[in-house]
Amino acid sequence: MRAYIPGYELCAPKTLTEALERMAAEPGRWRPFAGGTDLMVLLEAGKLHHSCFLSIWRLRELRGIMIASDSVMLGCLTTFTDVLNDEVLRREFPLLAAAAAQTGGVATQNRGTLGGNIVNASPAADTPPALLVYDAEVELLSSRGSRWLSYHEFHTGYKTTRLGADELLARIRLPRNTAGFLHYYRKVGTRNAQAISKVCFAGVRSQPSGEVRIALGSVAPVPLRCWRTEAAIREGGDGLAALAAEITPIDDVRSTAAYRLRVSQNLLKAFLHS
Amino acid sequence: MTYSLVGVPVPRKEGRDKVTGKARYVDDLHFEGMIYGTTVRSPVARGRIKALHFGEGIPWQDFTIVRASDIPGQNHIALILNDQPCLAESIVNHPEEPVLLLAHPDRYLLEDARRAVEVETEPLPAVFNLDESLRRNVIIWGEDNIFKQYRVEKGDVDSAWDRAHLIVEGEYHTGAQEQLYIETNGMIAIASPERGVAVWGSMQCPYYVHKALKAVFDLTDEQVRVIQTETGGGFGGKEEYPSMIAAHAALLAWKSGKPVKVVYDRAEDMTATTKRHPSRTRHRTAVSKDGKLLAMEIDFVIDGGAYTTLSPVVLSRGTIHAAGPYHCPNVRINSRALATNTPPHGAFRGFGAPQSIFALERHLDKVAAAVGLGVEELRRRNFISKGQSTATGQVIAEEIDMPALLDRALRESDYRAKCERFARENPGSRVKRGVGLASFFHGAGFTGSGERYLASVVGVEATSEGRVRILASSTEMGQGTNTILTQIAAQTLEVPYEQMDIVQPDTRHVPNSGPTVASRTCMVVGKLVESAALGLKHTLTSLGLLKDGYSFAEFARACSSYTAQHGPLRSYSQYQPPPGIYWDDEKYQGDAYGAFAWAVYVAEVSVDSLTYETRVEDFVAVQEVGRVIHPVLATGQIEGGVAQAIGYALYEKVAWEKGRIANGQMTNYIIPTSMDIPPIRVIFEERPYLYGPMGAKGIGELPMDGPAPAILSAIENATGLSLVSIPVTPETLMTAWEGTDA
Amino acid sequence: MRKVPITLTVNGQSRTASVWPMERLLDVIRQQLALTGTKEGCGEGECGACSILLDGQIANSCLIPALQADGSEITTIEGIGCSEELAAVQRAFVECGGAQCGICTPGMIIAAVALLRQNPEPSEADLRQGLAGNLCRCTGYMRIFEAVMNACGEGRLRH
Repeated sequence: MRAYIPGYELCAPKTLTEALERMAAEPGRWRPFAGGTDLMVLLEAGKLHHSCFLSIWRLRELRGIMIASDSVMLGCLTTFTDVLNDEVLRREFPLLAAAAAQTGGVATQNRGTLGGNIVNASPAADTPPALLVYDAEVELLSSRGSRWLSYHEFHTGYKTTRLGADELLARIRLPRNTAGFLHYYRKVGTRNAQAISKVCFAGVRSQPSGEVRIALGSVAPVPLRCWRTEAAIREGGDGLAALAAEITPIDDVRSTAAYRLRVSQNLLKAFLHS
Repeated sequence: MTYSLVGVPVPRKEGRDKVTGKARYVDDLHFEGMIYGTTVRSPVARGRIKALHFGEGIPWQDFTIVRASDIPGQNHIALILNDQPCLAESIVNHPEEPVLLLAHPDRYLLEDARRAVEVETEPLPAVFNLDESLRRNVIIWGEDNIFKQYRVEKGDVDSAWDRAHLIVEGEYHTGAQEQLYIETNGMIAIASPERGVAVWGSMQCPYYVHKALKAVFDLTDEQVRVIQTETGGGFGGKEEYPSMIAAHAALLAWKSGKPVKVVYDRAEDMTATTKRHPSRTRHRTAVSKDGKLLAMEIDFVIDGGAYTTLSPVVLSRGTIHAAGPYHCPNVRINSRALATNTPPHGAFRGFGAPQSIFALERHLDKVAAAVGLGVEELRRRNFISKGQSTATGQVIAEEIDMPALLDRALRESDYRAKCERFARENPGSRVKRGVGLASFFHGAGFTGSGERYLASVVGVEATSEGRVRILASSTEMGQGTNTILTQIAAQTLEVPYEQMDIVQPDTRHVPNSGPTVASRTCMVVGKLVESAALGLKHTLTSLGLLKDGYSFAEFARACSSYTAQHGPLRSYSQYQPPPGIYWDDEKYQGDAYGAFAWAVYVAEVSVDSLTYETRVEDFVAVQEVGRVIHPVLATGQIEGGVAQAIGYALYEKVAWEKGRIANGQMTNYIIPTSMDIPPIRVIFEERPYLYGPMGAKGIGELPMDGPAPAILSAIENATGLSLVSIPVTPETLMTAWEGTDA
Repeated sequence: MRKVPITLTVNGQSRTASVWPMERLLDVIRQQLALTGTKEGCGEGECGACSILLDGQIANSCLIPALQADGSEITTIEGIGCSEELAAVQRAFVECGGAQCGICTPGMIIAAVALLRQNPEPSEADLRQGLAGNLCRCTGYMRIFEAVMNACGEGRLRH
């Protein structure tokens, strides 16, 4: 355990308003802390360099899954377990459910949140590829007000996002337009459970309309929606060359660029033939 | 009345404490006034220490600081050669080598302080792998980087090549493997010049620690006391390393005057402590037209890391197992243990045998293909049998029937039917399936004259109420020592298992029954327990205090009478080698082990052509083990060993960066989870070994030897890919696959 | 920074502790509350040796900052079964050899209890998935599976 624990501040504001006001008063000083499944790992490895956090874990305003006729609204504190327990999500957004089921073990799923998974901005996160193909939108909330962003625009580079210093990612909206789609998700990890992904593939396609949406994790500095690959497929190609040009996998302690590239292409082929 | 506990699955002695959280491991203990210790370590693989810089903002005056110059006795960890320093003084020879010790009551501040010490070094050229070490451009140990070498000669290898129908060559590699016991290393020490040294902690060999502490502090036997606490896994990883951490805790205690606890976090344990020796084996084999082995020439090299530690013994076992349970009239084995600038490699279940057996079994598959025989047929034609001799010239004295064991394994695993089915189905399937096998043996106990040298002693004592206690330094670390030793004693004395205790290993109270390693605890120590128990019974019967067919109540009365008249009722037994065992250390020839356990393992795998991932789908483990003392514990040993070996074959890759493990966290060092392990079927055959307790042989390490080559044999059956190096990760499998038209 | 007081219900009893806000709940349990049955195996949420029930759900206590546990209900291994009688899962672990070295056992039993409370008749696949967050290095999992199946009266593993 490699952190000087007494040097860290963690406060628990009683309301969302209070949390936003504190963040506004000292922009950049306070960062939101949800379930802690990413931040505590960094802490214990001696790699958590920021030391002031606001615990949002108990803020009811940030929980809950609201089903409307045209969309599903998820509070940022929706845990992976919450996703798995929701019938609408399982039925209409199976890739999100698959991602939730393959993130860590049950203990991690009980504690890990969608908001945290997004904001931690790891390119290897399990839910972002699903959120990208489902055209998710995210709400960035501050004491100045609320703004909605297409999730496609949220990640700007490796571990950098459009989240402002006084902003909180409060809700995620999923448009309910997946009827009749074929959904394909494959996470390739280092083992069958409790694994960081080496390649993560999420795809949906519609037989009648020919629409295809593809997103991958662990093959670029950000979770990547593969627009150019989709275009190449719409034009009648197999998308393999376009995919190779669009993703930028690397060698790291878990895998190699060559493996990630080849497996991504294999998964694309399997997706298109499934 | 025959009282039989053998083969009965009695409840584990300490089982209840383990399932209730009452079992106390070292980090669960707290001593009055205790402070915490930590270790400052070398940032480089090899270098001269220029200075130590103590950073600002830390109240250094409140810390206990220990340097090499503070060591009262010898600055080395006594083992075989005494070349490993307890604390580096002027030169460091591996990353994470211990340089300085710190202690303080505040665990958090202590960690801050550790990071605030800078070890300034002037780097020296370093060596990071076997090739670099062999090349000898840089000499880092002795005159030639060689810790130890052996040569085994049988028959006349050189004359056999001309007679061969075929000569088959191959080279095979195994990687390092981290033991990854779930409880990290930890020690608590109380020490002072006036009272001596006492340590409590996680360990396999209390008397190894005892010997090491005597040297570091220049103390006598009585002045050092070592107590084993409940140990959360060892697998060899706590055979020699605990001496180092015990010395560190004791040095801090000695200087501070307070009890000191040193417990490693996972990152420190993974980066600084021992791993399985990486190996490279070259085989050259002469085979006849009908697949008989005519000659085997084997070159076996292991990477020992920066200091000698146990490498000579790992090399020994690997060498002796290198030619396997086969008969070959001409064998030459050249083996070497080499130095590199990595943390010293050490004991891990199998101890050299998994490495050399991997190479042999993969090579025999290659030989089989060259001669046009199935993998099982090639082995069938060459299995050793009674009256034939091994590579070291040991004549097999038991009625071992390896062909029958092979047949059983093939039958139980449905091998032939699966072979046919997979051959038919694979071309049209995205997922390729295959079956493979490995046949092997594993010698139990210390090699050659080792057991005689250990001269182990066990005591059995009875209280006046008839409660019986076993006195041995053999440690429980999950494998079932407490249970089977008490089971053996209970059966021998014919008293209820519930009346038996085993004393916590404490060098003040128990004799040295040798280290808990080498698959020797049941076979060698168990036999001593049996004879000590017989001795105790004889003491009572010879005085007429006990008659045949006694009840427990009569036994208790007899103990009471005896102790009232004569004092403590104790019986000791010391190791006697079985008759007819002869070993020549110079020529490395003779009877290497008192007994071998024999096995054939069959693995079924699936390989996904989409992701190049290999899954083990089914596993059958058939072994002949003498006698099964406790069916649940014995099965547990096999299942656990198979699981670790599946990790060795497919998942556990150590990524090295200039001599340091780069994936030193559980997130990135991958062991199998409950979702990665196949159903494992364990089948025992029993042919009682005359000199084992109730006929038992040792089995703790046996299951580590077979699974890796069986899995690679199955991958070859599934894909046609002949892989020669483990671990086989999807990345390496893909590279091999893409290099063919598979 | 200052320590803060928190109140928890631990194994049915109300307990208070003075904690650093970011202190690991694991350390609070083991040190301030002196309940050493919960173990540290990795400090990164991988091994599950630190598993507890937090408000009825399994959690890795090494990843929970103490401040967030204020007001929660916690069950540790000490709260499973009682001094007179072992719980079914504990008995089964003893009988079936589910514990070897025992260091993963408290967490594994918590995981089994959590699984069976949610799914009293798990299939083998459910079982493997439910225990996937708890690493064991000794057993190879087979005896653990058998123990859990025995505990729910299923007898031998259904494949």
